[in-house]
Amino acid sequence: MSDHLDCQQLLSSISDFVDGELNPELCRQIEQHLTECENCRIVINTLRKTIDLYQHQPGDEGLPQEIRHRLFHRLHLEEFLNRDPG
Amino acid sequence: MNNESIPETSLSLEALKKGDRHELARMVDLYSDKIYRLALKFTNNPQDAEDVLQETFLKAMRALPEFEGRSSLSTWLYRIAVNESLMLLRKQKPDVSLDPPAEEEDSDEGTSSNDLILADWCCLPEDELLSEESRRFLNQAIQQLPATLRGVFVLRDLEGLSIKETAELLGLTETNVKTRLLRARLFLRQQLSLYFAERLKEWEQK
Repeated sequence: MSDHLDCQQLLSSISDFVDGELNPELCRQIEQHLTECENCRIVINTLRKTIDLYQHQPGDEGLPQEIRHRLFHRLHLEEFLNRDPG
Repeated sequence: MNNESIPETSLSLEALKKGDRHELARMVDLYSDKIYRLALKFTNNPQDAEDVLQETFLKAMRALPEFEGRSSLSTWLYRIAVNESLMLLRKQKPDVSLDPPAEEEDSDEGTSSNDLILADWCCLPEDELLSEESRRFLNQAIQQLPATLRGVFVLRDLEGLSIKETAELLGLTETNVKTRLLRARLFLRQQLSLYFAERLKEWEQK
């Protein structure tokens, strides 16, 4: 492989690159390319930010009580509704 | 399975397989929250997510006596929930194939460097990036992903599963998962760039 990546080649490896799953040689070539290419730097940074925003969405508010109730009824487990969950 | 994403527990498999109702209720309480939220990410609709939740446990309770324990209980439940979610999406949009033709897997469509939006919106302040409106946009953008790509993105990036676990759950090769993940991430980056480029303009004018 030539020592110089073009932008299209970088794009096809970008997902593995941000996951840290590329071999060291390809990583080095990408990092080299990034020092010279403003556009690819923007693409990588905004891709990382995109993943980051999705990964840090608020969540885990617990199952709403009424959904738990309907689930236990549907499964004919209603006599266990009042036990301590967990 | 990743410890943080799915709790492994001291449930008695033996009791579950015999249909011990107290143990079944414990299983439901341990996993219902995770499964509901997974279904919500797939469907973006609380009613659909609740249907998936109920169907998942109905099927699991029917199939438990035959459960052989080749995968962990949590992986097994997750697989049922993923299949239920995909089936529901297929019913809602029967014209949309969930399995693209093989040649599509290798195409560069959507991953060409020519049409990329190059706004650098990373510098936007947190309250712009994390506003409620932004959140709504993020959720809408996922729903625009074709189901084939959405499943991979939800499991890998939202649920934090590994490539291998995602491949196992969706019945795909790891190479397929990586290809779809690349396309899903680039698609979402593009959508977010369209959206945040506008916010960036407004913000710079302030």
